[in-house]
Amino acid sequence: MQTHTTPLYRRRKLLNRLVMAACIGATLIGFVFLFAILLTLVTKGLSAISPSIFIERTRMNGGGLGNAIWGTFLMTSLATILGTVIGVAAGTWLAEYGNKGVLPKVIRFINDILLSAPSIIIGLFIYAVVVVPMGSFSAWAGVLSLTVIIVPVVIRSTEDMLRLIPNSLREAAAALGAHRWWIIVRVCYSGARAGILTGILLGFARISGETAPLLFTSLNSNQWNFFNLDNEMANLPMTIYQNMTINAFIPDLVSLAWGGALILTAAILILNIAARYFSRQRT
Amino acid sequence: MATPQAIQTGGGLGGLSEATRRRLQRKARIDVWFERTLFAFAFAVLLLLGAIIASLIASSWPALERYGLEFFTENRWAANVEVFGALPAIYGTLLTSLIAIVIAVPISFGIAIFLTERCPNVLRQPLSTLIELLAGIPSIIYGMWGMEVLAPLLRTWFPSVFPAGTGLATAGIILAVMIIPFITAVSRDVINTVPAVMRESAYGLGCTTWEVARRVILPSVKGGLVGGVVLGLGRALGETMAVTFVIGNNLFLNTTLTGQGTSIAALIANQFSESDGTQRSALLALGLILFLITFAVLAFARYLLRNSTGRHA
Repeated sequence: MQTHTTPLYRRRKLLNRLVMAACIGATLIGFVFLFAILLTLVTKGLSAISPSIFIERTRMNGGGLGNAIWGTFLMTSLATILGTVIGVAAGTWLAEYGNKGVLPKVIRFINDILLSAPSIIIGLFIYAVVVVPMGSFSAWAGVLSLTVIIVPVVIRSTEDMLRLIPNSLREAAAALGAHRWWIIVRVCYSGARAGILTGILLGFARISGETAPLLFTSLNSNQWNFFNLDNEMANLPMTIYQNMTINAFIPDLVSLAWGGALILTAAILILNIAARYFSRQRT
Repeated sequence: MATPQAIQTGGGLGGLSEATRRRLQRKARIDVWFERTLFAFAFAVLLLLGAIIASLIASSWPALERYGLEFFTENRWAANVEVFGALPAIYGTLLTSLIAIVIAVPISFGIAIFLTERCPNVLRQPLSTLIELLAGIPSIIYGMWGMEVLAPLLRTWFPSVFPAGTGLATAGIILAVMIIPFITAVSRDVINTVPAVMRESAYGLGCTTWEVARRVILPSVKGGLVGGVVLGLGRALGETMAVTFVIGNNLFLNTTLTGQGTSIAALIANQFSESDGTQRSALLALGLILFLITFAVLAFARYLLRNSTGRHA
């Protein structure tokens, strides 16, 4: 009796083929869409990119994106520094001291919620607690809203990475007479450094593309603003947004928006790849 | 681990010199303050959530007080006559996210199953990396592409279904494209937690690839997969930039699938900077509603994902 010719066997084989073909089809559809986006981005963006785009400020006609690129870089960097301090501290507490009681569980849960909370809500929150009392939009408000977004990312990766450090290392250090803070700073951090850095880089990449939280905080401007954080500050995502909506009737500005989008995406992809490289160094 | 209390009380340190004892006590004090400082930062996370909810409630209170339940039943958002109904925005938010999930889930699961079960080894790593990289593209890029490429295409290909190109369904499609890499990455991670021996046993019994996936792998990680989908849903619900460009910004309730509409996030993004008084308060009330919806959805996702740790979440 040959089993591979029975109707049941043939039906199972056929079904398997169909489903696997569907899976390959799904993969193709998914990648076609994503490649179409990247292709549009590159073709429309490349034609707008020239050296002057990095140097000139935004204007109603012509101009570049220099001030916006600087603003995004400065605000994201400041937010990353603030977020690193807060996030590493809180993540360390969760990993090293947060093993008993209900409080660490609650904080971990809240952090996971904040990790995926809509960024526009964060923008509204900072608007209500910073912009309204201060009376004006400011780069500080933008920095704070980006900080609120990056902190959960850093907390999560710090905790995950510290938990990978084997307990025997901590015990060995304790047996040599080291105090707990010394163990954390000298033993745990040196082991988890690459992983924490990866998390920070990924967070940096994520907040550099955020538009929604900046809508009501740093707003945008078409002037150079190097270090005056009490004023509105230009930034790349908001410039792209405004050029595609309220300024969409000016072809130059739309083209500039695509150039900015390409620069932004390229920077984020490079940061992601760098983060991946860092995490590979670790293992 | 050394307990700071034992050292502070001087227990067992009798034989040490005065200088050494003082040095140890100082280090023990640092230990205590170190933990307190770290705890303060961790506790700040808790306060942050409280502050977000409190500030949203406080700043949306004037509108909620003035309109009461009407805010949820009024089917138009007309700032010029000060009539603010959340219904069109809530409807748009839920519908676009639903469309996104319906499209994205089969495609993401298909990609995840292909990547984990059938993909040639040469392609597996590059494709996985690519998916993860694509998950990092900022959402505004998806919105721009939707407005400049997808909407005109839909209008020329299906003029009877998409007369304007933009609309709720278009926004749903864009959201789907945006969350596909995300759901795929989570699903792949979750499926990879299934021990190889389970897979091998099923193959050993003569199962086909699909039978292994359907009868062995999917049932054993059901919770994690649903958790990943719900997390993707949470992302779609709160998405602003991918939606604003293509949803059409029609502020009257339109209960068709492909018609133009608005979503909570899009409405806030469009009107907030030019609003004041009651309108601003009403927009903040919309923000509060959105936060409560996503909070419930994300809490549910976390509950489902509690056993499988995905690094993308």
